[in-house]
Amino acid sequence: MPGTKKLFLKGNEAIALAAINAGCRYYFGYPITPQNDIPEYMARHLPEVGGEFLQAESEIASINMLLGAAATGARVMTSSSGPGISLMQEGFSYFAGNELPALVVNMSRQGPGLGGISATQGDYNQAVKGGGHGDYHLIVLAPHTGQELYDLTIKGFELADKYRCLTMILGDAVLGQIKEPIDPWKPADSGCDPTRDWLITGAAGREPRLIKSLYLADGEMEDHNWHLQEKYARMAAEDVLVETRDTEDARLLLVAFGTMARVAKTAIAAAREKGLKVGLVRPISLFPFPVEAIRAASAVAGKILVGEMNTGQMVDDVRLAAVPGVPVEFYGRPGGAVSTPEEILQRIETAYSAVS
Amino acid sequence: MKQVVHRPASLTDKVFHFCPGCHHGIVHRLVAEALDHFGVRERTIGVASVGCSVFLYDYFAVDVIEAPHGRAPAVATGTKRVLDDRIVFTYQGDGDLAAIGTAEIIHAANRGENITVIFVNNSIYGMTGGQMAPTTLLGQRSTTSPYGRDRLRDGYPIKMAEMLAALEGPSLVARVAVDRPANVRKARRVIRRAFEMQVEGKGFSFVEVLSACPTNWGLSPREANKRVADEMIPYFPLGVMKEKDVVDVL
Repeated sequence: MPGTKKLFLKGNEAIALAAINAGCRYYFGYPITPQNDIPEYMARHLPEVGGEFLQAESEIASINMLLGAAATGARVMTSSSGPGISLMQEGFSYFAGNELPALVVNMSRQGPGLGGISATQGDYNQAVKGGGHGDYHLIVLAPHTGQELYDLTIKGFELADKYRCLTMILGDAVLGQIKEPIDPWKPADSGCDPTRDWLITGAAGREPRLIKSLYLADGEMEDHNWHLQEKYARMAAEDVLVETRDTEDARLLLVAFGTMARVAKTAIAAAREKGLKVGLVRPISLFPFPVEAIRAASAVAGKILVGEMNTGQMVDDVRLAAVPGVPVEFYGRPGGAVSTPEEILQRIETAYSAVS
Repeated sequence: MKQVVHRPASLTDKVFHFCPGCHHGIVHRLVAEALDHFGVRERTIGVASVGCSVFLYDYFAVDVIEAPHGRAPAVATGTKRVLDDRIVFTYQGDGDLAAIGTAEIIHAANRGENITVIFVNNSIYGMTGGQMAPTTLLGQRSTTSPYGRDRLRDGYPIKMAEMLAALEGPSLVARVAVDRPANVRKARRVIRRAFEMQVEGKGFSFVEVLSACPTNWGLSPREANKRVADEMIPYFPLGVMKEKDVVDVL
């Protein structure tokens, strides 16, 4: 649905506006760079639409405020980065166990420790492998432009509602700070169906309800875990998001997400101009992971180069997805650096010369 | 014959799993009586915490959400901010509220969240099997203070009601006990007052209930009640530490 006119917004602001347009009326969070534009935008604009912004005493408190608010069925979100996301991991695990929907934005910053505040993809494993205790996943969406930040925020709320789970938008400082034109379209549906049979609203005229994650009786815990696993399998069957480009004739397949994919697109265009047949698979949903797209493209290309802004995390998932025998090379720089198109082009040329 | 005592409608008919002489059953009943009194059962949301009382969802006939350890005041904050016409209460033990959840209780109190917190202080970790709590008395033995709590090593038992009463935010802060009938009657009045505060939109109410844990204290129920009177109440004095009627919150 196209909007009337485009707005020139920072990525962080695009997320906040998208959330409000998606019907999010409650935000709980704690300041941390490089995502402060999100709470600041929410603090200013949520009251205008009858919503509420609350600054928590810590990220631990904010994720738990989110838990209590999500249980009522309201569309709710928080955002953080690096150390703050680490503090929220206990809460993420409870969201999974309690099966509650909400959106969390991770504008990741470099680690380990206090690290640095510029762009990185060092939180890939933490985001897609669960992060907290227990056998669970979040839906993880990785935008690579301002408009995609906007669109995936809305999509993220919808998926969280569909599966009663937490959706994470995984970005970085580049995506959060870059200003781009945004089409501020509004979804038709704000998603908050008040008749859902699990909402904690007070037991008026019905049996009391319970939202919990404690299962002590024989077999209950295993049953609950199998139920969660069925949900993750359904996500993989129905809601993988991926962009594939120039894979039909590719001799070399590049796999990258987020900011790295954006830089890689420039490098691939330059490679194509030089006559190198290079394709791209850009996972948009990091969980569920686009296994089939990578398998199919790897069968054509015969060689894969994975680019990440870390020292090799998604590359493990690409190796598992690729057709057996297809060599998978890795190129990455750890937190503290963003690769240039020239650097990636050079790696493409090196990898390509080996297949030619 | 006229029935003069009955189970509160806010309690289910499930038999308590609590140990003989445990005070949770009494405190559950007092909370349920308050909910009945104000006729709010159908618009009440309980937040269960981690510890023996996590199973309150089996006993209270209200909607319940289970919070992570120590986080009940934050969870309750989120629920109350969305549903501000509902009655939201947390029910927490001393490990949950006074150790791991210290930040959450202080800031919920300081914000004057319009919720009610029932804090059951039995000076020990019950569910995990008798470890030292932040409220364990000096010299008291537990499985992790087998030679007795030592002030130089472990610090002093923490007085939560006094701490919270020092904040501007709370509207009612009190400490009660349920070791004997006279104290139960006082506790009933204070807990009712705490929920009245919330019903009237007057802000944060906090009731600390000194409580017995005969199993982990290694005492009989009768001896445990005596210990509450002889050892706990002198260190944790009963009374209303703070009460204000000014509506300056939410």
